[in-house]
Amino acid sequence: MTRRLTAAVALVALAVPVLSSCTENAPAAEGSDGDGRTLTVSSSADACDVSATEAPAGTLRFDVTNAGDEVTEFYLLGEDGLRIVGEVENVGPQLTRQLVVNAPAGDYVTACKPGMVGEGIRSDFTVTPSDEEVQVSADEQELVDAAESSYQTYVQDQSDQLLVKTREFAEDYTAGDDDAARALYPVARTHWERIETVAESFGDLDPRMDAREADLEPGQRWTGWHRMEKDLWPQRAGDYTPLTDAQRRTFADGLVADTEELDRRIGDLDFTVDQIANGSRGLLEEVATGKVTGEEEYWSRTDLWDFQANVDGARVGYDGVAPIVEEKDPELASQLELRFTDLQELLDAQREGDGFVSYDELSKQEVRDLADAVNALSEPLSRLTAVVVA
Amino acid sequence: MPPISRRGLLGGGVAAAGLAGAGVVGASLAGASDGSSPWPGPGVAETYPFRGAHQAGIVTPAQDRLHFAAFDVTTDDREALVALLTAWTAAAERMTAGEPAGPVGPVEGAADLPPDDTGEAIGLPASGLTITFGFGPSLFRDADGRDRFGLAGRQPASLRDLPHFPGDVLAPGRSGGDLCVQACAQDPQVAVHAIRNLVRIGFGTVSVRWSQLGFGRTSSTSSSQETPRNLFGFKDGTANVLAEETQALADHVWVGEDDDPAGSWLAGGSYLVARRIAMTIETWDRQTLAEQESIVGRTKGTGAPLSGGDEHTPIDFAMPGSNGQPVVPVDSHVRVVHPDHNGGARMLRRGYTFVDGTTDLGGLDAGLFFLAFVRDPLTDFVPVQQAMSRHDAMTEYLRVTGSAVFAVPPGAGEGEHVGQALFA
Repeated sequence: MTRRLTAAVALVALAVPVLSSCTENAPAAEGSDGDGRTLTVSSSADACDVSATEAPAGTLRFDVTNAGDEVTEFYLLGEDGLRIVGEVENVGPQLTRQLVVNAPAGDYVTACKPGMVGEGIRSDFTVTPSDEEVQVSADEQELVDAAESSYQTYVQDQSDQLLVKTREFAEDYTAGDDDAARALYPVARTHWERIETVAESFGDLDPRMDAREADLEPGQRWTGWHRMEKDLWPQRAGDYTPLTDAQRRTFADGLVADTEELDRRIGDLDFTVDQIANGSRGLLEEVATGKVTGEEEYWSRTDLWDFQANVDGARVGYDGVAPIVEEKDPELASQLELRFTDLQELLDAQREGDGFVSYDELSKQEVRDLADAVNALSEPLSRLTAVVVA
Repeated sequence: MPPISRRGLLGGGVAAAGLAGAGVVGASLAGASDGSSPWPGPGVAETYPFRGAHQAGIVTPAQDRLHFAAFDVTTDDREALVALLTAWTAAAERMTAGEPAGPVGPVEGAADLPPDDTGEAIGLPASGLTITFGFGPSLFRDADGRDRFGLAGRQPASLRDLPHFPGDVLAPGRSGGDLCVQACAQDPQVAVHAIRNLVRIGFGTVSVRWSQLGFGRTSSTSSSQETPRNLFGFKDGTANVLAEETQALADHVWVGEDDDPAGSWLAGGSYLVARRIAMTIETWDRQTLAEQESIVGRTKGTGAPLSGGDEHTPIDFAMPGSNGQPVVPVDSHVRVVHPDHNGGARMLRRGYTFVDGTTDLGGLDAGLFFLAFVRDPLTDFVPVQQAMSRHDAMTEYLRVTGSAVFAVPPGAGEGEHVGQALFA
């Protein structure tokens, strides 16, 4: 588990989900220099000076400098002055931030919003037809809608299955049926790990449910999955005192209650395409920092189950947005496809029964090969969000 | 064979200075005399006197290179320990003046004996070398609480192992130690030479517990120095206590006369907190620029806080940003560790960047070897580290693999060995 809200989820939660939107600080578009597509904006308390009133259609870049003394925002709005085509937020005084946006020919409105209040300081802006004309496909919105709703369904489904399996696990564990509990442990956790970036975004639940012993502060009570994991697999613990029946019940009941709460909260969530893409990247980060290193399941050594589950979740997230990526950056799409496949082949080689071999059975070289495949996938995956929202 | 001293091989004015003998210990600025200095070292002098009210290597403008070693004392003979400190003091005084570790020299002695200096610094200037010694809690009492050298009654209350912090994955072989030596210089070979020769002198009395090389400073300890970048690519530690801040040094770095009745010997000294902080840089590198800046709370380019201005503009933590959140995120590193949010706690950071090859997984075994000098670790370090562990978005990309704390005695006076007051 991670000790805090993952950056991926925490940050995208702040982002406004808009189609054809921005990414701040995105790299400059190729050939944008000197072709009229790179513009500067100076935003002060009472002015919003854009270096030109028109630009040729294509990838436009606005370098927004804040000349005022309050935080400002810059928007490129549709002709109606309502639809947000692109925006850049949180431009601090004297700082410059970048908005890169694909704009087809048409009439637009620029707006600076010093102090982030009101309508902003607005001007008309025109994008003229050009060879680089951007076609916003009419069905792109459909692709986005489809990705968002199918991901929402997936997360809810995993959460429901997590709840079912957690209840079964808790029953076996409190009844003292350790073999059954041990068998269910990685199965139930698979559903957690598939939606880990979502599940751990609840800063109060995550430490109670998924804390590892090393994550605790002195005096902090250790509860959740890994507490019971240690009780079921005490072999690495040296002189370990098993939990009493009453203690087992307390921990198991606590986990079930937290899982029920998690399931309720997940029911209230919606996901935007950038969150889905970021979640996909975030799950691979979880693999890189906790699973491929064999740290997550320190006692049970069932790390490969979690590994596969993280990859499952990342893959589902990617598959949802893949039609968008295939339109916008087919090369990235084929690279991701290839590298997901490569990684999956390595994982498949470690399957045993319904699950996976123990992490301890992996040779150093096998761990290294897995780590290399994770890196190979993670690098292009880190560009996914920018492509999806471009 | 004619005598060769380290300085004797140097050309020009530096050689002439060397011929003036051991008295050349004034802090002459590098290159100031003849411009022939082999290193740029902004604000770093060619030599620093070993003796003084405080040990060198604390407020000394941070040199570029580090070799740090922690030792276990292997004897239970107090006299042997004192003899080692006496020998170390003499060697350190010589080496920091640009002279050989031993009184004879690397090639000046008998051909049928191993030289008393290992020789890899022949021809190299002192390179701003400072050697700083410290005493760990285990020097006073062993793990069972036993008084090892009759020093237990003089162990300051604040000299004890740090508590476990979330995110600590400490390796015993990278943590703790009875003694420590910090060698800093502009030239890495000079720093390594210093540690190597001190280790050699210590065989039979001490054994190296762990050591750490640092290839680049990550802090500035003087207003004459630029803030360097860490391996995340950011300027960090802009709000460091600087040598020029006399009052802040007295408040936050130097131990006072009355700080601890047991620790009066430490007055004028300091505490050194050492933390080996591995960075998961491969994961960090996949964060977008905007996310990296949100995590740090500064822009990557100039180091300006996200509330605007330039690097040294005071941070406005209350400045409203987009989406109803402060423009400097509440979990950003600069906000979490800032003195304003930690009861005014400050430290003099003197850390170094390290890369110790690669991990089993093919990643760089890299990070920050965090060194901080504080008047009291319990008030100036522990609360800040706890806040970081709990709230700092950056901790997601950090894991602490080594940790130690040492009491750094005041500087040795003429005729004294380092830490003499402790043994008096």
